[in-house]
Amino acid sequence: MSAAADTPAAEAPHRALGLTDSEYDLICDKLGREPNATELAMFSLMWSEHCSYKHSKKLLGKLPTSGPALLMGPGENAGAVTVGDGLAIAFKVESHNHPSAVEPFQGAATGVGGIMRDIFAVGARPIAVLDSLRFGELDSARSRYLAARAVAGIGHYGNSIGVPTVGGEIYFEGPYEQNCLVNAMCLGLAPADKLIRSAAAGVGNHLVLFGASTGRDGIGGASVLASAELGEDDDSKRPTVQVGDPFEESKLVEACLELLNAGLLASLQDLGAAGLTSASSEMASKGEVGLDIHVDRVPLREQGMEPFEIMVSESQERMLCVVEPAQLDAVLAICDKWDLHHAVIGEVTDTRHMQIYRDGDLVGDIPVTALVDDCPMYDLSPEEPPAQIYPAPKRRIKDGLAPADNLLALLGSDNIASRREYFEQYDCIVGSRTIKRPEAAEAAVLRLGANDGRHGPGGAPSTAGSGKAQTPGDADGPTIAVSIDGSGRRVAADPYRGTIGVVLECAANLACVGAEPLGLTNCLNFGNPEKPHIAWQLDRAVSGMADALRALNVPVVGGNVSLYNQSGDGPIYPTPVVGMVGSLPDPRVIAGNTFTDPDLAVALIGPFEPTLPASELAKLRGEELPTKLPDLNLSLHAESLKLVREAVRSGAVTVARDVSEGGLATALAECCLGGVGATIDLGPLIERLSRSQAGAGLDAEALVETALFGEGPGGIVVAGSRESLMQLSSRAHGVGFLALGSTGSAKLDIAGFSAVDSSAGTGTGPGAVVTLKEISLDVPNLQRIHAGALAERASS
Amino acid sequence: MATRFGIVQFPGSCDETDTLLACSRVGDAELLWHKDTDLGGVDVVVLPGGFSYGDYLRVGAIVQFAPIMGAVAEHAAGGGLVLGICNGFQVLTEAGLLPGALLPNTNLRFTCQQADLIVENTETPFTHESAPGEIISVPAKHGAGRFYAPPELLAQIEDGGQVLLRYAEGHNFNGSVNDIAGVTNEGRNVFGLMPHPEHAVDPLTGSDDALKLFHSLASAAPMAVGSGDMT
Repeated sequence: MSAAADTPAAEAPHRALGLTDSEYDLICDKLGREPNATELAMFSLMWSEHCSYKHSKKLLGKLPTSGPALLMGPGENAGAVTVGDGLAIAFKVESHNHPSAVEPFQGAATGVGGIMRDIFAVGARPIAVLDSLRFGELDSARSRYLAARAVAGIGHYGNSIGVPTVGGEIYFEGPYEQNCLVNAMCLGLAPADKLIRSAAAGVGNHLVLFGASTGRDGIGGASVLASAELGEDDDSKRPTVQVGDPFEESKLVEACLELLNAGLLASLQDLGAAGLTSASSEMASKGEVGLDIHVDRVPLREQGMEPFEIMVSESQERMLCVVEPAQLDAVLAICDKWDLHHAVIGEVTDTRHMQIYRDGDLVGDIPVTALVDDCPMYDLSPEEPPAQIYPAPKRRIKDGLAPADNLLALLGSDNIASRREYFEQYDCIVGSRTIKRPEAAEAAVLRLGANDGRHGPGGAPSTAGSGKAQTPGDADGPTIAVSIDGSGRRVAADPYRGTIGVVLECAANLACVGAEPLGLTNCLNFGNPEKPHIAWQLDRAVSGMADALRALNVPVVGGNVSLYNQSGDGPIYPTPVVGMVGSLPDPRVIAGNTFTDPDLAVALIGPFEPTLPASELAKLRGEELPTKLPDLNLSLHAESLKLVREAVRSGAVTVARDVSEGGLATALAECCLGGVGATIDLGPLIERLSRSQAGAGLDAEALVETALFGEGPGGIVVAGSRESLMQLSSRAHGVGFLALGSTGSAKLDIAGFSAVDSSAGTGTGPGAVVTLKEISLDVPNLQRIHAGALAERASS
Repeated sequence: MATRFGIVQFPGSCDETDTLLACSRVGDAELLWHKDTDLGGVDVVVLPGGFSYGDYLRVGAIVQFAPIMGAVAEHAAGGGLVLGICNGFQVLTEAGLLPGALLPNTNLRFTCQQADLIVENTETPFTHESAPGEIISVPAKHGAGRFYAPPELLAQIEDGGQVLLRYAEGHNFNGSVNDIAGVTNEGRNVFGLMPHPEHAVDPLTGSDDALKLFHSLASAAPMAVGSGDMT
């Protein structure tokens, strides 16, 4: 084998592939020679940020990864938690940002396909998808296009494969204009004892590749797209975006689960970023074995593919498994049943080398550890920027508007208006598990029993005609809730406290449906970590996430890091996205998130200390981001969430909505979308605020605006009978409980603005007069503005 | 004897287990495999929702060549009951077992919505437990659900009482002609509809308004000509 003769380009090909000179020297050291083209291509992918986490792995060690419900933690294709009745939920969130910025439909579609493969690779049947999306402002035709096509792509894949998309979030902010974010999360269901790991085992066993054939699509995607900034010549990267085929994947799901259920596989791994290279070398690394791979046996869809192309192709809908010789015929028969390509492409060896052959000739030979484990890990050089690095957003409204006008502006704003425009393109019910659909509660709620066969747990028979369905009860089996949340602007304002806020919001969404968190998956979307200010954001965000998770006692089960999200216009807002899965005892007792009954008492629970800077109102006013958010008492927040969760579970509160974008007034207006209004006294919150750290120094009018529209974690609006809320208030000692009013009229009335207690030292002095006009808005008007605004803006 | 439902699973089917569960609330239900050539003696054949064979050529177009479809056509020709839901409806029109065609929605998008449906003709095996004019809330989710028939055929369908379900005012999101949501054949033993009755059988997951359709089928099946061991 000649190394030099195979070298493709004349000038430093390793640089073109994203490797530094010192990394290249290290590779030569490990091999004892220069790598040939195939080997270099494999190294460039495995040593890319996307595969090696070389800039983030050290940081991620801060996150807690153990908890009572944890079955499978980080390191496998997906993590898993136990949910009772012998069942496990596997889940993971992953980014497909760069492909989506280049070709949004296929980028987003294959993002969904990829995360689903991670789930069924551990033996779990995918049962739900959620997504977290970020685009530039909808003023921009490019952003409208990217949003519309990414959503269509997600729907195309999820709908066609028969997995419901049950929740998600979408926000529009300037810094995502050139670099959108498409994060997809998938949940899978499996019997807890049927989860499978990916370590290759058994020298002499066969390596079988099955699913779609292999082409030139996605070549170098991991290194070229996911590990470098996008520039102006994005078009030249178009061929590296993969194309998805959900029909192929739907057959692949059934085949994999049938193979696992029959106990025919020694291990299973999906082919994702870095294709066959990553899948095979990680199986070999975990199993502490070697693998021989014959690229001439790989079913191809294009002629004349070079070994390196076959090894790095990111063609979708492919799986790799290890099979004992005695089981081979049975495995191939099941592949045939589902009309899937398959080929025995190699064997497990004891060499601990990846040895690549073409027509019997050795064309690549790399020690597994060099490829998988020896990529240098880099320390970040974090440096806090001296001032805010993001420009102020575009001004949308004037200062000094009446509170009612501010509220209407918020309710119809792109980040708050109804998401129906987007989510109604998703099938949210297939599988018959969805108890709470999008916008019907603060988190999606799914039942796990009452179903078998195709949509049953991974191990259940999927063979047609294999048996009769059991007649389902109405609520048998465990029930889970799931939410996905992220923040960009607030994390940009304060990476540490902003990220804590993200985790708290996700946990609050679960608490609102009575669910206790079992585990969390995260996707860290950041800019270039080699730049000190971005490194600082990343470092502070991970610290915040770690502290929040320890306070809530929730482990990270796995996740994904997406770095280099920046363009010539600068970095994206740092955007940690978290997905949390929790369980709840009774699917018939779940709080809704809108007022549908009159004569209920309304209250605000939690240590909510809102501030206006970094809020949606501040954004609409074009205000610059601050550089710090208020301190948080994490144990108090944890206690508050527990109180809400128990109140929902006991049925004491029948409506629960966490206060997020747009503050308390917006949360109350959203509660009224159920058709029933409310009469609210803002006085108690204003009084509490005026005595708080956040409220100190604010004049009377600023206090009112802060109480109405200020944002911060920890506030949950609840409604229930007067008696039950009275009892609840007696147990709420310490976490904060404010009686706000009652439901009932056809209007949302918010008054009590002049409740500022001048003796409390608000800085306004005695006799301060609040001239802000009280809010009185018709419920149908709120409904109309909330429902229609986004549809109009997104399609114009 | 409980009525036996057979739900055909094609590659790319999505809602076959949902349908299996709905049918098993009123009778016995089992899955049938697309590569089989007989129906195993079931009373009612159901073609479920989904994207059979990826729907790549044209929605529902390829299924007519599936090995099991000969038996389905025979079952229908003998008076046996056949229900096609969503993709199953598309398949039945493509296979010539139901009139009309399903075109892309006017909004050119896959759309998932809860829809109010008016039960029109209740003198059929599919609807006899409903009252005429009854409104039921059933989810619909599809990208190609716009029912279309040329004027002459449409008049024939309308005059013959073949329209069993119509979208209520404001609920025809796909642009179907005459708000038609579901039609039967002339013999009234084959019925196709775009909304998903199998997703409206449990208040916990939305509504149970469509349970009556399954009850209707279960009680009518023994009387249907082609039912049971005739196949």
